[in-house]
Amino acid sequence: MRLAYTAEQDAFRAEVRAWLADHVPAERLASFDTAEGFQAHRAWEKVLHGGRWSAVTWPEAYGGRGLDLIRWLIFEEEYWRAGAPGRVGQNGIFLLAPTMMEYGTAEQKARFLPPMASGEEIWAQAWSEPQAGSDLAAVRARATRDGDHYVLNGHKIWSSRAVFADWAFGLFRTDPASERHKGLSLILFKLDAPGVRVVPIQQIDGEAGFAEIFLEDVRSPVDQRLGGEGEGWTVCMATAGFERGLMLRSPARFQAAAARLVALADRRGADAVQEAAVLQAVMDADAYALSIYATASRLIAGGKIGAEASCNKVFWSELDVALYRAALSIKGAEAELTGPTEAADGWMDGYLFSLAGPIYAGANEIQRNIIAERMLGLPKG
Amino acid sequence: MDFTLSDEQRMTAEVTAALLADRCTGADLRRLMDSGAALDPVRWRALVEMGLPAAMVPESLGGLGLGEVDLTPVAEQCGFAALPEPLVELAGVAAPLLAALDHPAARAWAGRIAAGEAMAAVGHSCQPFVAGADTADVLVLCRPGEILLLNAETVTLGRQPSIDPFHRLFAVAFDGGDAIAAARGPEADRLAALALDRGALFAAAQGIGLAQRAVDLSAAYAKARVQFGKPIGANQAVKHHLASCQVKIEFARPVVLAAAAQIGQQDIYSRARVSHAKLAALAAADLAGRTAIQVHGAMGYSWATDVHVYLKRVLALTGAWGDEAFHRRRVSARIKGRALDPGQVFAVETA
Repeated sequence: MRLAYTAEQDAFRAEVRAWLADHVPAERLASFDTAEGFQAHRAWEKVLHGGRWSAVTWPEAYGGRGLDLIRWLIFEEEYWRAGAPGRVGQNGIFLLAPTMMEYGTAEQKARFLPPMASGEEIWAQAWSEPQAGSDLAAVRARATRDGDHYVLNGHKIWSSRAVFADWAFGLFRTDPASERHKGLSLILFKLDAPGVRVVPIQQIDGEAGFAEIFLEDVRSPVDQRLGGEGEGWTVCMATAGFERGLMLRSPARFQAAAARLVALADRRGADAVQEAAVLQAVMDADAYALSIYATASRLIAGGKIGAEASCNKVFWSELDVALYRAALSIKGAEAELTGPTEAADGWMDGYLFSLAGPIYAGANEIQRNIIAERMLGLPKG
Repeated sequence: MDFTLSDEQRMTAEVTAALLADRCTGADLRRLMDSGAALDPVRWRALVEMGLPAAMVPESLGGLGLGEVDLTPVAEQCGFAALPEPLVELAGVAAPLLAALDHPAARAWAGRIAAGEAMAAVGHSCQPFVAGADTADVLVLCRPGEILLLNAETVTLGRQPSIDPFHRLFAVAFDGGDAIAAARGPEADRLAALALDRGALFAAAQGIGLAQRAVDLSAAYAKARVQFGKPIGANQAVKHHLASCQVKIEFARPVVLAAAAQIGQQDIYSRARVSHAKLAALAAADLAGRTAIQVHGAMGYSWATDVHVYLKRVLALTGAWGDEAFHRRRVSARIKGRALDPGQVFAVETA
């Protein structure tokens, strides 16, 4: 146990800080769930990639820096400290890519990872279906083999970024006779392929952050299957492990928000109840950071992420809601305002988005089932 | 940066856990409770033979020369077992305090503790009573500006009943002429501050163990207890209660370990981290203790089930070594007094 950065880690932090100071746009970019904002964020991904900062944990061959998870945490701390733009490419870079590193062929990695890193190809996740949300194993969308292609048919929903993204990674039933977790495969497809129809879904904030995807005889080459045929469930659960466990929500995101909350309370004043909420938010953000540093150290030492990934997801999503709710309380009667000044401070947007946290990446009710069954050994219901 | 315990640290905790699983069962606790004795001599001898009281005494005084990080997982196991004997405060607070005092009598006591020949208890101005004073051979009293040593034979003890039958609290009366002032002024305050942080840290570590014990007992009960034709643990209402407790434990344990690693800084950051650890660990233990009563139903409210024993230890530790308000003030002082940017998580005060 040594809770101090090495000189090399400090130097790395300084390097990141200097680069971000020179490159982070002064103006906040428009939301990446608008056409204009999406392009602005794609352009930012290219700038990041130009400095080789878009996927720092990836091997250098694919555009990364081959950094370990401690340096990833340092990078993220500096990124959020600098107030840099949100990552429009995160579904690909943080979720699909780690899975591709583990299950992809050499050809797939060479074909898909470099343009993912550069923002030329931005990815959406296509797993959920109208009748398969929390019960993901109920997916019906089918992939039927036709020579060296799959023919995809079905209806995907709640696909974040799909309105403007280029590619999607979807879960399909390749064995028509199969049920539940068996007979599924993870297949990559282009969102502008013939037979794909993307229908935006207006979110709680009025923007089209996610979409429905209708697939009608969409052809995808067999070599765009990630992992073995019928192994889709295992491959998806590896992705879900990264998603819940570590990379989807870096601790710095919440530490930056907590620091802003403290400043807000300082500026506007807070009563005892609000002070207590601020204190709890800061402590929880700190606890999340310490836990992820511990997990990162364990993974570097050869450990694995198990069901405790579900604990992470419950913890960060609930701390996020409480943090933004405290901010609205402190803003008082002005909290509801949505004019340009208020929108720019982001507390209401942040609050609404925080309400999605306990739902996406596996609803917290499902996470608590997983914790109870896999960590505590309680029987399935 | 390395946030992992060594194999040796893990192994010491495992050996302690195995010893306590064998000698500190619910039945053992009840037997001691019924007898009214302060300690179980057989169990105590086994803990002494493991060398645990010597853990944080320097090797030059016959100790093992270990640190807070080494003892934290051991303290967690003592909490898990609700160990009645005051091992954690002896090994984690009293012994290193005595060893650090610049006075031959104090260092002699530290050596005797390390050798398993003596016990000590610490009184501190942060709390009204002295725990474990009746089994102590020497009392160390930390008061503003001075640290006093008192031979146990020279003091009068007034028992203060606690809801936790094993938290043996005493008011201590003494004649000033019998006291040795082992430290004075800033040095006394510095050592007293470190003693308080250690007391809070190891209370937090025990809180983690207590919380896990409450969850484990409840999970076992929820698997065995059948209602409506199935184990009650198959119901999401029960699962989610226990999962929420486990989440709190998972996000308190790293704070406690970080506090152990940083305690030596003795700055605004380390004090806030220790306080956060105490608050988070005891909050987890509070939730788990109450949830255990609920999951056990009417059995949980009965004397016959063990869960109340663990709950009562949680209640005793919650206000010990700085109450909740004290620790919140220390976290608040750090939040308001220093930068909070991401990247400050392991900050150290620079002169």
